[in-house]
Amino acid sequence: MATDQDNLPFLGGKLSVINVGLDKFATELADHDVPVVHLDWKPPAGGDPELAALLSKMGT
Amino acid sequence: MEHTLNKVFQGFYKDSVALMRLSRDLAAMDGVNEAALMMGSPSNKQILKDAGLLADDGATAEGGDLILAVRAKDSDAAKKAAEVIETQIMSQTRAATGDTVWQPQTIRAAAKANPDANLALISVPGEFAAAEARKAISRGLNVMMFSDNVSIEDEISLKVQAREQGVLMMGPDCGTAILDGVPLAFANKVTTGDIGIVGASGTGIQEVTTLISNNGGGISQAIGVGGRDLKDEIGGISTLMAIDRLDADPATKHIVLISKPPGKNVLPRILERVGQSAKPFTICFIGASDLELPSNATAARTLKDAAQAALGGDAFAEPAVSGVSVPKGRTGIRGLYSGGTLAAETQLILLDAGLKVASNAAVPGAGSLSDAGDMHKIIDLGDDEYTQGRPHPMIDPEIRRDPLAAALADSTVDVVLIDIVIGYGAHPDPAGQLAEMLSTMQRADNPTIIASVTGTEQDPQIRSSQIQSLQAAGILVAGSNADAAMAALKLLGINS
Repeated sequence: MATDQDNLPFLGGKLSVINVGLDKFATELADHDVPVVHLDWKPPAGGDPELAALLSKMGT
Repeated sequence: MEHTLNKVFQGFYKDSVALMRLSRDLAAMDGVNEAALMMGSPSNKQILKDAGLLADDGATAEGGDLILAVRAKDSDAAKKAAEVIETQIMSQTRAATGDTVWQPQTIRAAAKANPDANLALISVPGEFAAAEARKAISRGLNVMMFSDNVSIEDEISLKVQAREQGVLMMGPDCGTAILDGVPLAFANKVTTGDIGIVGASGTGIQEVTTLISNNGGGISQAIGVGGRDLKDEIGGISTLMAIDRLDADPATKHIVLISKPPGKNVLPRILERVGQSAKPFTICFIGASDLELPSNATAARTLKDAAQAALGGDAFAEPAVSGVSVPKGRTGIRGLYSGGTLAAETQLILLDAGLKVASNAAVPGAGSLSDAGDMHKIIDLGDDEYTQGRPHPMIDPEIRRDPLAAALADSTVDVVLIDIVIGYGAHPDPAGQLAEMLSTMQRADNPTIIASVTGTEQDPQIRSSQIQSLQAAGILVAGSNADAAMAALKLLGINS
């Protein structure tokens, strides 16, 4: 039989998502009443993947 | 005279699904011979070049630019088509930005605005995905990375970073997860229950979770780890963390592991961790043999076996396939799969029956497609060679059209096997689209088509509706992918 302890959220808190990419994933999560923030994402560093990787390693 | 026109939108991003729709509209216009809309990455520019769609303007585009490429019967037709699509792009953009809800542009801004956020779902193009995941992990977010084409070096560094931070790194190339009953990316709406899944395979997880759900069981959590996690280079970092989480999760009473055979160095580590748990495990390492498992674990040869074992070992009822004659002289099986692990499961079942099998995603014992000869051919249409620059066949089943026409026209093919995978993220009506495709093809003295539907009644496409559409199109429907493969063997008179 399920107890309150059995129903603890798996990630330690209620699932809450930052969606980066396909907007349909954000729509579907919202349909499941999951809090979701959809990023207005554009390729960073002017679309230069190597520069984007470097910036992410610098924490920006 | 035929004319190729490129228009470049600088610093303009649209996701691959939106671009697919616009590309279709553009290609269908009067006088247009070929068309595509793609972001200007080097690999996309090469695809455009190979298709004869790259003009001088497009060649100068950069990764953050959108290229509209059209080849038409003359320059007037090309210009006219490009103008119509440009208007569509701009009106969509106005509609999107006209929304009054503020949208952050970076993970940092989103995390600051939403301190309760605990998962980043990343599906941007592969060359940018690792950078976004690194930012998410450093802010203490778990990551589900749907993106593929991420280097193994990046995968290792991200997983090591995630382990240090104590967060899960699911992926890259993680298509499926179900967390607290919520389907993420390509996943199905299943019954909640006490069976936890860890899988290095998206469609493998989908097949096992839906079979469990459709046969009376339920899922606590399903955690995708990415197809390479159990390679020796990665060392099973995410699999081991996922096992730890499920082992500690009071709602999970039974754990199922699904993967291709692990690397020889990582296998003992995984099995050692399994043996330390007090919970029973079912282990489905597709294609592995002679596993020496700890006493709390049982091996499953196929995905269906894994689902049955997790539910206590009783066999599911198998729907009979009868009343079909085998056309004279035809003995070949052709599998056209959107799910890589479903293609692997079929290969195993045919190999176990003593058949010779070739595939572009061959399991141990199968041959390569380039050297197939008269072997049975099982094709994974989700493989990179089919999906370069276009969405996965579960989103866009159109990829199946040419191989299906070829199979129907092949005088050696007796049975065509097809997987219909439904659920969130997938095409809204894959069975209907398959029926439409078939209606345009010659089917005289054609092969028998056998399909299975991976999904549930609670999925948006509704499993029983998909089955009805398939049956109305003259397609036989089996209860699972394994059942479809077994039915193909029966049609060929092979008792496995």
